Amino acid sequence: MDVIYRALCFIIDLFTSFMERIRPGWIERNKSKIDEWKLMAYAYSKSPIAVTGGILATITVILALFGPLIAWEPYWQYKVVVNPDLWLKPPCLPPSCSGYPLLGTDEWGRDIFSLIFYGYRISFIISVMVVVLGVPLGVILGLIAGYKGGYVDEVIMRLTDIFMAFPGLVLAIAFATILPQRIRGLLDASPQLKDFLLWIFALRPQEYGQLAALLSIFLALVLVWWPTYARVVRGTVLSVREQTFIEAARSLGLSTWRILIKHILPNILSPIIVFATFDLATAVLLAASLSFLGLGPQDPVPELGFMISKAGRFFPERSWWIVVSLGIVLLLIAFGWNLLGDGLRDILDPRTRRAIEVRARAKARAKAAKVKGG
Amino acid sequence: MTLVKTVEETLEEGLVLKVRGLDVRFYTYAGVVKAVSGVSFEVREKEFVALVGETGCGKTVTTRALTRLIDPPGRIVAGSVLFRRKNGTVVDLLKVPDEVLREIRGNEIAYIFQDPSSALDPLYTAGYHIVETLIAHNKKVKRSEAVREAIRLLKEVLIPHPEVRVKNYPHELSGGMRQRVVIATAVANKPKLLIADEPTTNLDVTVQAQILDLLKEVQSRYSMSVILITHNLGVVADVADRVYVMYAGKIVESADVFTIFEKPMHPYTRMLLRAVPNPLKKIEKLESIPGTVPNLINPPPGCRFHPRCPYAKNECMREEPPTIEVERGHYVSCWLYHRR
Repeated sequence: MDVIYRALCFIIDLFTSFMERIRPGWIERNKSKIDEWKLMAYAYSKSPIAVTGGILATITVILALFGPLIAWEPYWQYKVVVNPDLWLKPPCLPPSCSGYPLLGTDEWGRDIFSLIFYGYRISFIISVMVVVLGVPLGVILGLIAGYKGGYVDEVIMRLTDIFMAFPGLVLAIAFATILPQRIRGLLDASPQLKDFLLWIFALRPQEYGQLAALLSIFLALVLVWWPTYARVVRGTVLSVREQTFIEAARSLGLSTWRILIKHILPNILSPIIVFATFDLATAVLLAASLSFLGLGPQDPVPELGFMISKAGRFFPERSWWIVVSLGIVLLLIAFGWNLLGDGLRDILDPRTRRAIEVRARAKARAKAAKVKGG
Repeated sequence: MTLVKTVEETLEEGLVLKVRGLDVRFYTYAGVVKAVSGVSFEVREKEFVALVGETGCGKTVTTRALTRLIDPPGRIVAGSVLFRRKNGTVVDLLKVPDEVLREIRGNEIAYIFQDPSSALDPLYTAGYHIVETLIAHNKKVKRSEAVREAIRLLKEVLIPHPEVRVKNYPHELSGGMRQRVVIATAVANKPKLLIADEPTTNLDVTVQAQILDLLKEVQSRYSMSVILITHNLGVVADVADRVYVMYAGKIVESADVFTIFEKPMHPYTRMLLRAVPNPLKKIEKLESIPGTVPNLINPPPGCRFHPRCPYAKNECMREEPPTIEVERGHYVSCWLYHRR
């Protein structure tokens, strides 16, 4: 735990000295902010849940970034054509067997372990894009609804009601079935966008037909995502704007946008961050379930949900290893983000942060006294 | 409403603010709350005016309405608020466009709120609040200049070590210190009118006195006019030049501070004064006014004070009392002084 605290402090020091170099006097001006950051790092390193979540989330991010480079087998090579032996080969653990893939193969003879690395990238990109696009949309609408009130509030909130009246998955299915054609048209119109998207999903140019399916999942998720944020943000804005400092800001002649961006948004940011972290996990699972239902990409794209759904045809005797290993991957991603979100909730709330700090300090003092006495 | 008087569009020399027939209502589920009805008053240049009354009698709403800081379900129904701007032009604050109003808020009319602990954004330093106000009303000010000005202002409101305090967050300051920062923010742009809404309510008694002295000093230094809202008559006697007594959304008596204390006319003012302990006299029992402020959804007919008034006559229950000038500058709304 101490290692983590030191590592985080090192990162903070690195950042502050960097800021100091660009703008001299920066450290001096932001002293209390930096102290608070270090305290956050301390509270973080003291929470086992947050640290576990952090480690899992870091693994996810690293695998998502470098996975396609690590993967030793191109996902588009169907080895079963050359070697029929590889058809749904069970896992091959070193002492008893060797020469075959560690986690077995799928019905095309591809190494499951290698496919996992591609799958990581695709799931991660979809979840990040859903959160990065869906959250700001919800936050902006929620801010406007909560602050303006009256008719504006009424219109935005009834719109969210319409979206929330449908179960999220059903609505996402509806969007995912209509969207692909339009997205394909859009992709045909701009090759740069197409190349960029293929690059971030780590797919071959040949797979560009599947791209529309992937994007439609992601757009469908964005469309069902924002209403929850709009609700949460509106609620917190309603309580923050009753504070005197908002009224004081208005009485000082600040513009509405300035009040929203500079005074209300920063005050409601920590619940949003926590919520978004949780939602990275939910988005991964929802994206997998959409492609499990066949709304996502098709062969040979190694999307986790789609591969599990394919394995279902041979389940359980000839494909249990596929379901188990890919299921564990999904679990690890979701688990990591959830734990991290849980930890962040404690750390971003100043009250629990202080409590963690006080408890840890007391423990350290007791330990020191024991060492002295012994 | 019959109460709305015809609006005079002129602002006499020497006046900063003239309010006529101000009417504010809140449209709640329980009914229409007539929070302020037909309030008229004026503030002269460099004058310290006190607005006195019980809790819930519309003092705060009146002052918020001056720069249209009334949120739905509240609405300003009628009235006019003539204000002489820094450049000498006279505007009706209830009619000017929002952009003009925003220029006036914080620059020409500034507010100090009741609770210093929540009047500062907890995420920003004391200096940031001042700098933000300075820059909001003068885009040409450089940040470094604004910071220097903030330090100067903090020194002016008697904060020790202003260079250090300017970087402090609100939670690192004491209540009195926070209120000083709020005052510094309010006077940053040298407004013509400062509205202080019970600035001392949440502070210690010793700090209260300091804050009042500071207000008085700042007023004379910047030659501002001040409207002080309070329910503490001791405070009024200390600092105010003129007093308006409010009851249930109406102004019942107004006079200069000596007259109010020497010759109070309205029964409400008299009872209010009797409820203040006098350190020079020995009293067995401090008096209180029986009853509470009436429900403003259905205010009592006639004079709104009649249910609690010991002198109430038949007339009082039927008709609203006229405003009478009993002597020069001493106005009272009561049937007792009405001669036919």
